[in-house]
Amino acid sequence: MLDSKIPEGPLADKWTSHKNNINLVNPANKRLIDVIVVGTGLAGSSAAASLAEMGYNVKAFCFQDSPRRAHSIAAQGGINAAKNYQNDGDSVHRLFYDTIKGGDYRSREGNVHRLAEVSTSIIDQCVAQGVPFAREYGGLLDNRSFGGVQVSRTFYAKGQTGQQLLLGAYSALSRQISKGKVEMFTRHEMMDVVMVDGKCRGIIARNLVTGELERHAAHAVVLASGGYGNVFFLSTNAMGSNVSASWKAHKKGAFMANPCFTQIHPTCIPVSGEHQSKLTLMSESLRNDGRIWVPAKKEDAEAIRKGTKQAVEIAEGDRDYYLERRYPAFGNLVPRDVASRAAKERCDAGFGVNETGEAVFLDYASAIQRYGKTEGNIRGLKDPSLAEITELGKQVVKAKYGNLFDMYKQIAADDPYETPMKIYPAVHYTMGGLWVDYNLMTSVPGLYAAGEANFSDHGANRLGASALMQGLADGYFVLPYTIGDYLSQDIRTGEISSDSPEFAVAEKEVKERISHLINNNGTKPVDDFHRRLGRIMWNECGMSRSADGLKKAIEDIRALRDEFWADVRVPGTDDGFNPELDKAGRVADFLELGELMCKDALERDESCGGHFREEFQTPEGEALRDDDQFAFVSNWEFTGDPKESKLHKEELKFENIELKQRSYK
Amino acid sequence: MDLTLNVWRQNGPEDKGRMETHPVSGVSPDMSFLEMIDMLNDQIIRDGGDPVAFDHDCREGICGMCSMFINGEAHGPGRGVTTCQLHMRSFKDGDSITIEPWRASAFPVVKDLAVDRSAFDRIIQSGGYVSVNTSGETLDANAIPVPKPQADEAFSAATCIGCGACVASCKNASAMLFVSAKVSQFALLPQGQPERASRVKRMVEQMDEEGFGNCTNTGACAVECPKGIDLSNIARMNRDFLKASAEGE
Ligand SMILES: Cc1cc2nc3c(=O)[nH]c(=O)nc-3n(C[C@H](O)[C@H](O)[C@H](O)COP(=O)(O)OP(=O)(O)OC[C@H]3O[C@@H](n4cnc5c(N)ncnc54)[C@H](O)[C@@H]3O)c2cc1C
Ligand code: SF4
Ligand code: FES
Repeated sequence: MLDSKIPEGPLADKWTSHKNNINLVNPANKRLIDVIVVGTGLAGSSAAASLAEMGYNVKAFCFQDSPRRAHSIAAQGGINAAKNYQNDGDSVHRLFYDTIKGGDYRSREGNVHRLAEVSTSIIDQCVAQGVPFAREYGGLLDNRSFGGVQVSRTFYAKGQTGQQLLLGAYSALSRQISKGKVEMFTRHEMMDVVMVDGKCRGIIARNLVTGELERHAAHAVVLASGGYGNVFFLSTNAMGSNVSASWKAHKKGAFMANPCFTQIHPTCIPVSGEHQSKLTLMSESLRNDGRIWVPAKKEDAEAIRKGTKQAVEIAEGDRDYYLERRYPAFGNLVPRDVASRAAKERCDAGFGVNETGEAVFLDYASAIQRYGKTEGNIRGLKDPSLAEITELGKQVVKAKYGNLFDMYKQIAADDPYETPMKIYPAVHYTMGGLWVDYNLMTSVPGLYAAGEANFSDHGANRLGASALMQGLADGYFVLPYTIGDYLSQDIRTGEISSDSPEFAVAEKEVKERISHLINNNGTKPVDDFHRRLGRIMWNECGMSRSADGLKKAIEDIRALRDEFWADVRVPGTDDGFNPELDKAGRVADFLELGELMCKDALERDESCGGHFREEFQTPEGEALRDDDQFAFVSNWEFTGDPKESKLHKEELKFENIELKQRSYK
Repeated sequence: MDLTLNVWRQNGPEDKGRMETHPVSGVSPDMSFLEMIDMLNDQIIRDGGDPVAFDHDCREGICGMCSMFINGEAHGPGRGVTTCQLHMRSFKDGDSITIEPWRASAFPVVKDLAVDRSAFDRIIQSGGYVSVNTSGETLDANAIPVPKPQADEAFSAATCIGCGACVASCKNASAMLFVSAKVSQFALLPQGQPERASRVKRMVEQMDEEGFGNCTNTGACAVECPKGIDLSNIARMNRDFLKASAEGE
């Protein structure tokens, strides 16, 4: 039933031959076709701009007050591309291989190869748009390296790469808006998709300022609504990031793929208390020079937690550099999933270093000394004193990581130049998402998904700097072409009417749900439920999962969901600006998604990438994959209740890559 | 700590609006300012009231959505930080804090502390881009080298987050700092040259049409700008604008 539509032929020719063979819509006919794009992050802005430029009539939606504020704006580190500007042996094939391996062999070869192929055009395109990437003194583009790879292929704009790329896509979008080819709806939330004769033909949107419900019809709908990491309440995602658009599509027939594949990023600023509303990432680049440790003795850890001892007072011999100890080959630069689990293991064993017991040290002291000595040599200093070396070292570290150190200082009120930073893993990205075929169409005809909202390219673990690449690849270079294959059948359909009974029914359902929420008259605010859901998800479906824990979580989530509908209090009215109401709708969907994630995690009796099942590990505590039984994509069909969701498997075929157990020892 | 909040309440652009006083207690110095407002709202909701509406999203100083005028300063007392990056350790027990929205006729109030900044989007739409198609069929990215100092300066201008603090801080509600940041980014890069004159003219015209005030060089905007956008951008834009006007572009 599920056809991934991967083109036949050799891997390297698939995309080119597919483009040559798919149906196109001629320019005159494109003017007769309407496309809706939900979301204006990297994927949505680039898709909307490109579709409009090709001639389609586009309507774009975002819930923020401007398309420029989508969550993509917050990405820090960089974007990968197989340009091989550093001449270090990079190639399309190597980027393809690294991505498949990094994803722990749970993604499609065909899709990933295409991603690697188009990656180079992204950089050309962005430079032409005036994106100010970092440059070398010769005026050419600079690169840095990221975790899990052996080449330098990451393009960046200081610690604000996402911002600069999104502003580039936003400028392309703005140009089409000014031409009247894109109609932009800000402060609008998609409430449901509308199906007519088995095809997706539009959406119901809510104007978040006036509260009005609106019907928008189109020949096809693209969801580029981002990831669902906020199901954990605390994550590095923006506060408004949500699953609702995807979840509504799921309930109308779109399959959710690998929903339990979540990325937990190892280096984030730890939770400081109950009031915490979100978590802040400290870029992966910090692991290049920082050393991660906890005290080797429990009494020292306790003393630090109580505040009677400081990190600097712990003697070198009493420190446990546990990543270097466990993974001598990769040390502090193991992939994200491995580093996160190791931190949890130490903290669970009682070695955590802040009041909550959930933090480890990221220490720059030895990097400061090392850089200081080198700098002293460069400057030709004779026998510099320790103080001089330290001062020089701090200057070097500041030049490399200054903005991150400042950010840490601002939040933690602690000076990382003097004392080690405290960090802990946090939810960061969701590899799972709406199932799509090679054309990025979901299992619902006419409904597409792009960017983090789809499941397509990262398998069970995403490599750093690859999400931005995928978002722009989907939006600029893949979807605008592949959507033509479907729309070519629609050139004689004429305008889709929003007066049909299908639109009326969908609108009525949305209205009823909103009025239920607003008139519920319960006692607890929305956040109360969201926090509790987050705690269940983090404890049982986070960095480490077990069958017993997941079964319990499913029961707990169901109970919490019932309590939510009985006791949530949503203040205000439904006919005006009401952020609490918006939040209530999103949390209601998270309460269903959470259950499906646990169900998916329970079904997958193996450990792979970010999915670690305690029952499936090697004697040394490493993830144990089971390729014979689980080399497939789990696709869930909604049948009325998450508990009853039906599993469809898409087998993954590896024709070009040999499956291997990852080892970082 | 215990605080007294004086918060602006306004139910839509037509409403006159008023200050409302709320005591909050048990505020932790580790909280961010917005987490303190979350706490206030939690309290208001449990008491059956109407929570304070405000804009926010990333909560890490990059999306430009948060926008509070705190004790007479855009984004509050800190320098180089947005409202969401302000922490309660900047205040002390017993403090009274006044919280207002951005005030400018080009930024009408949506509700309470949330304002409508779509004028900024329209200014970008008037010309804040390079007119290239998104086909990817352009020059190789390294075909045109850009000297590093120039690239760095363009980057600095491009870091503007579009928050509008510059407008809120200016007694004339001028948008010059915001507009000049975008004009400068492209003026400094080779890619921006072909449309340099037409861009600055169109963007300045749109800015005037939106009802922003004139620039009288007080520099208040740059003091409150969380991203340190430099006043030299305004000078560059003025030069470009005069030149473009003289050439009759
Ligand atoms: C702190 C941080 C740093 C990161 N750094 C990097 C990095 O260095 N490199 C990298 O490759 N990746 C990075 N990532 C990941 C990357 O930023 C994201 O995966 C990517 O930007 C997602 O883009 P998107 O276009 O799919 O969605 P988003 O940017 O999340 O956009 C979603 C859009 O959908 C809209 N939307 C959502 N729901 C609705 C609805 N119901 N109705 C209407 N509109 C809706 C929103 O308004 C928004 O416009 C980082 C992520 C985080 C959290
Ligand atoms: S110039 Fe500064 S204050 Fe003005 S919008 Fe940009 S970042 Fe905000
Ligand atoms: S909430 Fe994004 S900048 Fe403050």
